[in-house]
Amino acid sequence: MSAPLIEVRSVSRHYRLPRVSLLRAPAVLTAVESTSFTIRAGETLGIVGESGSGKSTLARMVMAFEKPDSGQVLFQGQDLHALSATELRKLRQKFQMVFQDPFGSLDPRRKIGWSIAEPLRAIGVDANTARRTAEALEQVGLHPRDAEKYPHEFSGGQRQRIAIARAIVTRPALLVADEAVSALDVSVQAQILNLLMDLQDQLGLGILFISHDLAVVAAICDHILVMQHGKPLESGPAAQVLHRPAHLYTQTLLKAAGVSP
Amino acid sequence: MIELDDFSVGFGAGTALRGATLTIRKGDRLGIVGESGSGKTMLALCLMGMAPDSAQLSGRLSIDGRDMAGASEAQWQVLRARRIAMIFQEPMAALNPLRRVGDTVMEPMRVHEGLSRGAAHKRALALFEEVGIPEPVDRMRQFPHELSGGQRQRVLIALALACDPVMLIADEPTTALDANVALRITELLVRLARERGMALVFITHDLAAVARTTQDIVVMYGGDMVERGATADVLAAPMHPYTRGLLAARPDPTVPARNADGTRRRLPSLPGSVPPLNALPQGCRFAGRCPVELAHCATRRPATRLVADNRQAACHLLEEQAR
Repeated sequence: MSAPLIEVRSVSRHYRLPRVSLLRAPAVLTAVESTSFTIRAGETLGIVGESGSGKSTLARMVMAFEKPDSGQVLFQGQDLHALSATELRKLRQKFQMVFQDPFGSLDPRRKIGWSIAEPLRAIGVDANTARRTAEALEQVGLHPRDAEKYPHEFSGGQRQRIAIARAIVTRPALLVADEAVSALDVSVQAQILNLLMDLQDQLGLGILFISHDLAVVAAICDHILVMQHGKPLESGPAAQVLHRPAHLYTQTLLKAAGVSP
Repeated sequence: MIELDDFSVGFGAGTALRGATLTIRKGDRLGIVGESGSGKTMLALCLMGMAPDSAQLSGRLSIDGRDMAGASEAQWQVLRARRIAMIFQEPMAALNPLRRVGDTVMEPMRVHEGLSRGAAHKRALALFEEVGIPEPVDRMRQFPHELSGGQRQRVLIALALACDPVMLIADEPTTALDANVALRITELLVRLARERGMALVFITHDLAAVARTTQDIVVMYGGDMVERGATADVLAAPMHPYTRGLLAARPDPTVPARNADGTRRRLPSLPGSVPPLNALPQGCRFAGRCPVELAHCATRRPATRLVADNRQAACHLLEEQAR
């Protein structure tokens, strides 16, 4: 088995809620509590849970947007939250994120070629940006000529392809997809899931796939972690979690996602 | 109760709804299933007399046996108040943030039925209990932002029931909710429809939710009703290629992502996406994306065929097979 791409070791994250009384200490919200997981190259881990379960906080800690209060996030063996800002910026090209809203994450006044090349400029790559942008567009099933168009000229599914192109343009090893297909119609959702699987097979990507919908998680993930109220409820190989759910909550998620009445 | 006959809605060059025919009776639980741009929300708005002013309507819509063609806004208001109610996707946007939710629910009773404050309060309290809001007396005094998403949706359902409607239209009522809460809201809608003998029109793109909630479904694509029948029959043996594609594209949560030998299981997907209204093919709306398309599909509109008792589909292929 290959070495882990990302190793999350017992991370916790608390937020202090706004003070409601002068005389009392502000309440503390536990967003994530001692959660651990590992993702290897070519593997997909699905995190499933409802809003407020802590899954997006986990994603932000993996992306080093946010520091855990305790625990470690190791990317290819390096503790992300112990790196200097310069080292972290250099490493960022290795892990990229795809967001839920393909409408909100693209600048409407910029041609999409500009938006796709943005991560390259951020890490200081100046040469070959046009070629790499064209390459990324082709990888997601769009035409290199599309770089000259504006976001409003694309459908929702195409915009999500553009968001994926922007994420893979730096040739990352890990992709974090936070509700990446939730805003799409069912028929388009299947196209994007297939695209993610193809890219994973071609590029050997590790994927952290976050969703509230157990059906889409089942379609793409090798391992599944179920979260509720910031705590990991159960985790394991996809087949095990789907066929022998240990928790009542996982059974509810299964029931909500299944078409058979 | 409601009858639509060859009802169409157009906007300039585009058609949002083409020749819709539908009958809804007391106690029916009907699902309208479709993706964005299928015309399902336009259909609901027409049933409520809320089609946009720019829309050109044609065909017949009758409610309680009365033709609604020349109905005035005042007549529609009476219908919306007393007969047909609707709940929407985003419960926060549908509630006045500056009013206590109890007052919001009492308002239609006071305005439309002239109830006293005391009588309205009593009925609202009973409704809060009926829709399963715990500690209803305290909840009635709260503002929308103090409630959770599921509680807000329950308040909206209570509001919709305020004047004892005979039909409830629910437009994507579970889309913004978490799985757990969505399950309980669909259970509530089914229970209310049963206990009150009320018709329920459930509009959604969520096949899992529609399977749990309705007896019959209509599948829509590009403004056409492409297939209809008993929910269980349509989901088990879809006849229209679009319905088949839609069902196949929805992953089954009990099937893992990889086969036993580690190879990928790709999802069957429909190519492309729903074209914009003014670019839909003139014949079958699904032409261009259909895997079993015939030469004349894009230009000639398929007739709706009665395939079996309570089972209809509009597809040229079915006609060919019947020939």
